[in-house]
Amino acid sequence: MDITIKNVRKTFADFPALTGVDLHIESGELIALLGPSGSGKTTLLRALAGLEPIDGGSIHFGSTDATNLSVQARKVGFVFQHYALFKHMTVADNIAFGLSVRDGKTRPTSAEQKQRALELLDLVQLKGLEKRYPAQLSGGQKQRVALARALAIEPRVLLLDEPFGALDAKVRKDLRRWLRELHDKTGVTTVFVTHDQEEALELADRVVVMSRGRIEQVGTTAEVYEKPATPFVFDFLGSVNLLAGEVQGGKLKLNGLSLPTDTALSGPVDVYVRPHDLRLVEPTSDGLDAQVSFVQRTGPLVKAVAKLACDDSKVDIELGHLDPMALALKPGTAVRLLPASFGLFARTPHVAVQTLPDVMPNAVPEQRGDRARA
Amino acid sequence: MSTIKDQSLLDPPTIPKEFGSGPLQRRNAAITEPTWVRWLLIAIALGFLSLFLLLPLAAVFTEALRDGWGTYLTALAEPDAYSALQLTLLAAAIAVPLNLVFGVSAAWLIAKHEFRGKQLLTSLIDLPFSVSPVVAGLVYVLIFGAQGWAGPWFAEHDIKVIFAVPGIALATIFVTFPFIARELIPLMQEQGTDDEQAALTLGASGFKTFWRVTLPNIKWGLLYGVLLCNARAFGEFGAVSVVSGHIRGQTNTLPLHIEILYNEYAFAAAFAVASLLAGLALLTLLLKSLLEWRYADQLAASRRH
Repeated sequence: MDITIKNVRKTFADFPALTGVDLHIESGELIALLGPSGSGKTTLLRALAGLEPIDGGSIHFGSTDATNLSVQARKVGFVFQHYALFKHMTVADNIAFGLSVRDGKTRPTSAEQKQRALELLDLVQLKGLEKRYPAQLSGGQKQRVALARALAIEPRVLLLDEPFGALDAKVRKDLRRWLRELHDKTGVTTVFVTHDQEEALELADRVVVMSRGRIEQVGTTAEVYEKPATPFVFDFLGSVNLLAGEVQGGKLKLNGLSLPTDTALSGPVDVYVRPHDLRLVEPTSDGLDAQVSFVQRTGPLVKAVAKLACDDSKVDIELGHLDPMALALKPGTAVRLLPASFGLFARTPHVAVQTLPDVMPNAVPEQRGDRARA
Repeated sequence: MSTIKDQSLLDPPTIPKEFGSGPLQRRNAAITEPTWVRWLLIAIALGFLSLFLLLPLAAVFTEALRDGWGTYLTALAEPDAYSALQLTLLAAAIAVPLNLVFGVSAAWLIAKHEFRGKQLLTSLIDLPFSVSPVVAGLVYVLIFGAQGWAGPWFAEHDIKVIFAVPGIALATIFVTFPFIARELIPLMQEQGTDDEQAALTLGASGFKTFWRVTLPNIKWGLLYGVLLCNARAFGEFGAVSVVSGHIRGQTNTLPLHIEILYNEYAFAAAFAVASLLAGLALLTLLLKSLLEWRYADQLAASRRH
């Protein structure tokens, strides 16, 4: 079922959590709400579920106006970060809960409930665990039971709040792929919240990047990554180098370097270049001179920091470890860099776009996602 | 422990001679205290326990049986003692269920909802703990007494509150009010509202959510709360003493009856009745332990995450 969100606003005390959000979600889509903590992504998700009353605007599920519907009447499947499984019920009872609380006539018989629970358990690949209690399951299993429970009520939409946030890195990756397959199988319109750009880019059809209660950009995973609409999106979707340049006559002038560009801007600009888009070139070709100051091998990547000769600013460089040029990256060596791909934004007074602190400052590094590690 | 060399560098690691052949863990100085410290702590704990808990309990039963079983049974079979027991049980039977309802609603309100004046309500719940029970009793006398605010109205309608069962029940409710709420509030706060919200999104009504999700989650805390509340309701002296009027065979509860007997130098009888009260308390404890033992696995499961 498609969802139409119009001008939704919400303020907590003095904190504006949502400042007029418009979004249309197609039926059967898998959408990621991506943003730092405090960006309003969870508030928007909870507003969709009816768990958070909104101050203004409207929410439609298909042609039904759901703005003032109660939580129960919205029929949404909601999956919580910490699973929220009922500890005193078996897995089967948890899954059948949504069916068992229906009113007299619409309630399936207990045999039907059991049957349905077993089917769903099969769907989430946990066959045979129906008699277990939640305490006897691993984190990944709990989250799958929570998903089965949400699917049991045949929800109009499925909403997931940081569904993999509490799981360790390996399980998280497996579950991501598994959720994608499950979504393709069931076709339920799904919205999930995450602060992990990798998760959003890997799993979603479209990504909604949010910041400070507003939507910064909506687009397919390729669009938001390759053509970020704002400096914020550029910065949030991966690490980035910020250089000062100037557009003159349709050419980008960057410290004596002249690069072709199709931008409509002119005058001073901020140039955003991702570390892996900074290419190492032969000393004879055009480029920016720099001196490598620090090199670190991180898994399949060689990460280096180099100081630009022109203005002493530092830039990050990333190369695959099999890249022949990676061998040249040694502290102290001189290199020549060419931005292979970049984004241009009108010069703003600040030095760099700062993202808000990570949502889980105390989490172990592998649970924080790549953004925090970079 | 200066004799211990760094064993971690040896390959294969050997257990140092001074540890003998026992498990390494037992002598791990980093995580255990020296033997004499452990024994001293255990001795202090046991000594304190015997002196302040076991000794008085034993004294009650020995004193009660000092003049033999005959006197003991006569004291218990006395009509006044019997009616005091009845009244005590009745007061508890009124106070505990009411406080069960009040306590659960108050805890539910405080732990799961945000509203203005929440802090005030939380402090108010503690009031019976901080106010002397005698003062609490006096308050009821001031309100419902013959010269009190509401006293004349009740007198007109021929309802006796003070020096009667309703007054005793009221005083007991007041004094035992915080036990259940206090037990539940931290528990419910810790559990948060995710489970309830999950139930709501699954289509459960507010009542079904409470009955099928919240209540099972808090049932053990609730049980402890009820047992504590019950124990206090049996034993309450101060507040009840003020409102009861000490009419023998009518408005005397067990604690009051014990005091009267004691003041009349009927020591054996006083201790006999006291042993009855202590017996009730022991029965409550036994019940709790039995339930804990019977549902040990469930209890463990509900505490794990």
